[in-house]
Amino acid sequence: MSFDIQKIRKDFPILSRKVNGYPLVYLDNAATSQKPQQVIDCIVDYYSNYNANIHRGVHTLSQEATDAYESARKKIQTHFNAKEAYEIIFTAGTTHGINLVANGFSEILKKGDEIIVSAMEHHSNIVPWQMLCEKTGAILKVIPMNEEGVLVFSEYEKLLSKKTKLVFVNHISNALGTINPIVEIIEKAHEVGAAVLVDGAQACSHIKPDLQRLDVDFYVTSAHKMCGPTGVGILYMKEEWGNKLPPYQGGGEMIAEVTFEKTTYAGLPHKFEAGTPNICGGIAFGAAIDYLNTIGFEAIEKHENELLKYATEKLLKIDGLKIYGTGPDKTSVVSFNIEGIHPYDIGAIVDKLGIAVRTGHHCAQPIMDFYKIPGTVRASFAFYNTLEEVDALVTAVKKAKMMLS
Amino acid sequence: MTIEAIQEELIDEFSMFDDWMQRYEYMIELGKSLPLIDENLKTDDKLIKGCQSKVWLNSEMKNGKIIFTADSDAIITKGIIAVLVRVFSNQKPQAILDANTDFIDEIGLKEHLSPTRANGLVSMIKQMKMYALAYQTQLNN
Ligand SMILES: Cc1ncc(COP(=O)(O)O)c(C=O)c1O
Repeated sequence: MSFDIQKIRKDFPILSRKVNGYPLVYLDNAATSQKPQQVIDCIVDYYSNYNANIHRGVHTLSQEATDAYESARKKIQTHFNAKEAYEIIFTAGTTHGINLVANGFSEILKKGDEIIVSAMEHHSNIVPWQMLCEKTGAILKVIPMNEEGVLVFSEYEKLLSKKTKLVFVNHISNALGTINPIVEIIEKAHEVGAAVLVDGAQACSHIKPDLQRLDVDFYVTSAHKMCGPTGVGILYMKEEWGNKLPPYQGGGEMIAEVTFEKTTYAGLPHKFEAGTPNICGGIAFGAAIDYLNTIGFEAIEKHENELLKYATEKLLKIDGLKIYGTGPDKTSVVSFNIEGIHPYDIGAIVDKLGIAVRTGHHCAQPIMDFYKIPGTVRASFAFYNTLEEVDALVTAVKKAKMMLS
Repeated sequence: MTIEAIQEELIDEFSMFDDWMQRYEYMIELGKSLPLIDENLKTDDKLIKGCQSKVWLNSEMKNGKIIFTADSDAIITKGIIAVLVRVFSNQKPQAILDANTDFIDEIGLKEHLSPTRANGLVSMIKQMKMYALAYQTQLNN
């Protein structure tokens, strides 16, 4: 299929709205993506035609809803090339998936065991590991990054040892756009017998990970950053880990048999899916994946790379502008500051011109501390953004600079 | 001048502008006239929480009136504080406690009132009123 940007933009109703009198230029895709009509229709269809609880009733609606939910799981399995559909656990999102794994490891880790995380994690996702270490007496080690915003691989290798039980790293950094070398990270971790959890929240809208080929133990992501709804995501876990980890929450769905003496847990994935899930969300996540695949990840990558290259070139022409995250492998995220100007000021002015960017520390305080800056302005592009929108951003930033200096 | 009179004055001044850019430019100008907090008072306990940019606010009591000084590392934020300092500084604590803040809407800064803007306009007003309350309580004792 050829990549017809104007046709694609028509799929997203929100892209035709105005903000402060200007056409919306949405460049906050790393926070959440916009939703195409196909996904919106799927949600409407679910609630209009076959809303019912799943896995419980024998009635037709419940069957239809269960089938749709389970077929979404299969779709996700195929998309990510997981070996089995039951290795895909529906969650409320990336954060939930991370907590689920951290909780599971609280029964596995012993005092003196080590967990490795990277210096460029979403800071809220460092918290579950800190909590886990407090609880178990395990020790948290951090892979440092360099000035380019790239992890120092040799330091990672030094941190690994027989004591390492788990490595947690994001596939792509939300603040910088750096793509981490997860293939090598996973390989090295496995050499010492450690498991690896990859946070794919920022990755899956740009690239299509092949989970079996990566040989990753756990992989988490959120639907809302890949054209799907909020409040739903997945945790992939290899079957052997699924059997090893204890359940996270107790409730309906996750049990095989209950008496007051003893409960037998259900098998995967239900063991980790207590209670009524986000049924509609799961189904719409499937629709979002279908949508992305009709556009095609090759085409998405090509277009986004073009946007990134163009934006980088244009922005760097602005005097005093510095980009953070300049490694060779990155996705369409440009995090920047202009010398002597606070990122908040730039954000406030470009917003007035209809441009949505993010300002602040992007939940990656350690990265900001590393660069000794209060934050950055972050423009993050999606496949539905255009070169003209990059121009609008550049013009707006220039205007802001003029007003502020 | 009373708080109401200053607010009227600000509404008047801002009504001269017909677009947001001129309003912002004026606010940036006002920011430059902000009575700056003493550098050695820029300590963490003077920082206002809930701002994306740093805001330091100091208060002292002189002749029964509160004098505010402040600073920020962001220019627009500085302009916003300058507006607030002009309204609330050099006033009696009770007058600050009684004042309403509808004028912010009228001078076209309403968007900064939204807590999601994270620029802390709401927190700044709250902090000023907290200082006023503390001084008022002292006066009553
Ligand atoms: C790298 C990364 N991890 C995790 C998250 C959290 O995702 P969610 O809020 O969907 O749980 C985000 C979202 O901002 C992210 O960018």
